[in-house]
Amino acid sequence: MAVYERSYGRYTGPATSEASRFLVLPRYAYEVVFKSKLFAGFLALCFAPPFFGLLIIYLYHNASALQLFGLTPEKLAQIFPIGGDFFFSGIWIQGALSFLLVLFVGPALVSPDLRNNGLPLYLSRPFSRTEYVLGKMSVLVILLSAITWVPGMLLLLLQGYLEGAGWLARNWRITLGVFVGSWVWIIYLSLFALAVSAWMKWKPVARVTLALLFFVLMGFGGAISGILNTRWGMVVSSWHVIDAVWVSLFGLDPGSTLPPAGASWVALAGGCLIFLWLLSRRIRAYEVVR
Amino acid sequence: MPVAGLAAPPVIDLDGLRVKLGGRPILNGLTASLKGRCIGLLGPNVAGKTTLLHTLLGFYPPSEGTARILGLDIRSQLREVRALLGYMPENDAFIAGLTGIRFVRLMAELSGLPPAQAIERAHEVLFYVGLGEARYRSVDSYSLGMKQLAKLAQALVHGPKVLFLDEPTNGLDPPARERMLRLIRDIRDTGEVNVILSSHLLRDVEECCEEVLVLKQGEIAVYCDLEAERRGNRRFLEMEIRAEADGEHAAFAAAVESLGCECAVGARQRLKLVLPDNLEIRDLYRLASERQVQIRRLDYKRDSLEDIFLKAMEGSGNGRL
Repeated sequence: MAVYERSYGRYTGPATSEASRFLVLPRYAYEVVFKSKLFAGFLALCFAPPFFGLLIIYLYHNASALQLFGLTPEKLAQIFPIGGDFFFSGIWIQGALSFLLVLFVGPALVSPDLRNNGLPLYLSRPFSRTEYVLGKMSVLVILLSAITWVPGMLLLLLQGYLEGAGWLARNWRITLGVFVGSWVWIIYLSLFALAVSAWMKWKPVARVTLALLFFVLMGFGGAISGILNTRWGMVVSSWHVIDAVWVSLFGLDPGSTLPPAGASWVALAGGCLIFLWLLSRRIRAYEVVR
Repeated sequence: MPVAGLAAPPVIDLDGLRVKLGGRPILNGLTASLKGRCIGLLGPNVAGKTTLLHTLLGFYPPSEGTARILGLDIRSQLREVRALLGYMPENDAFIAGLTGIRFVRLMAELSGLPPAQAIERAHEVLFYVGLGEARYRSVDSYSLGMKQLAKLAQALVHGPKVLFLDEPTNGLDPPARERMLRLIRDIRDTGEVNVILSSHLLRDVEECCEEVLVLKQGEIAVYCDLEAERRGNRRFLEMEIRAEADGEHAAFAAAVESLGCECAVGARQRLKLVLPDNLEIRDLYRLASERQVQIRRLDYKRDSLEDIFLKAMEGSGNGRL
């Protein structure tokens, strides 16, 4: 149908694959998100720690470059030992930055669609509720991947390559921690943000609620642990729970403040199930008023 | 109700469709087979028109029975059904933060159009509905009338086979309403899409639709083939004559009967006629001229959609006029 004809005609051309159609949503979401210079600046800042890690690994394996700073590999290894702790610190910092990134992007994902009755428009097409959630979730998953496990794995590969054969195999728990730990946090955080966004119609309210839930539960858990002199209280704190999971994956000493690893896994799984249930209640074309 | 043809399946085939929402029955065993190019869903508020559309779209599951759209079952083939449909919701509905063109393009891509085709179709369809000049403005800033047109554009962009329009003229001023109805008639007349128009405005339905399903309290109050009704009504006439001689009034009536008409003489020189198939109106004028009788007024005596609707609302709802 040409514009000048201005008459209705059916579309008879090719169609895209149904399996990848949910990826249309992140493409459009990023156009809106990247309009904010503040967000773009913050995202760029999120790459600073991996870049710093890259610099350390490079210097560690380059004696002539180290001499410029008056250091030796042994001295550098004392300051920044490249092993489990090094990568754990990286994932810890990137995990914290991920939460701040989710505070930027997460609340804007579902709440505007609810406020403007956008859901019937999505769901009247060959596009299911699951695909809608997957599409919105992938907005966060792609962004968070870019600042967590992707740079983490690249650094690991570089370290493995520079150290020589066998380093990666000897340190398989680090790979496990970086990859699985990042994915667990990404999925949990994405579902958390979507669930809050689906229940708060206003973006600012959703943002405050997300932050409050995160920090208030952390404080609440800390208070319970302090009063009852137990480490189980922190099982309600998302941050402590994921911290315990990371520590267990990296095979590090959990210390006395983190909740037990098994309970942390259960808490994360339980949280994800609650978020999915909350999403299933809200992601509907129309709400049935009883 | 019309029986489905062997070649083409009915546009909508309701088969004992029952829907309960929140434990309350909303649709009570609807059974109908509709195959017009433009089908009107009429009924007062809370009759179940929107619920019927939402059920056909798969938003609400049927509690009993089923429905088929162009032969595809909404229970087992919902995805295929949705691929055939375009839906313009009743309420304000848009995606925030997007311009008109991006909004319609997004909807096209979600329906399966590749990005290049989606942008091309989005431009075309926005020009078609009359939003060509406003397509780079944010949808949030559109007036109510423009939002209605944008909703129509997103319903059309992927080229559906069946178009669901839920109260498309809601909140429109008279020129905008006329424009919307003209668009609906134009879409209908292409013959490429079947339109289901849900409205409580009788004139909108009368101007666009060939078939009407009147719902009342979740049941079919009346099914009416407006085209057949219009054809049938052409044979009923009401005539007012003026004759100079006193007995000429009755004599003219007798002469009309001799042509094969059924004729009833009313007060004040009025006649009610039922024309036989082989008789045209010009034959009546010729007869009047021969007998020196003036025909002062000649009306088709027909049931308007309003008459049909009011009868349906008064009646118990036997599903037929």
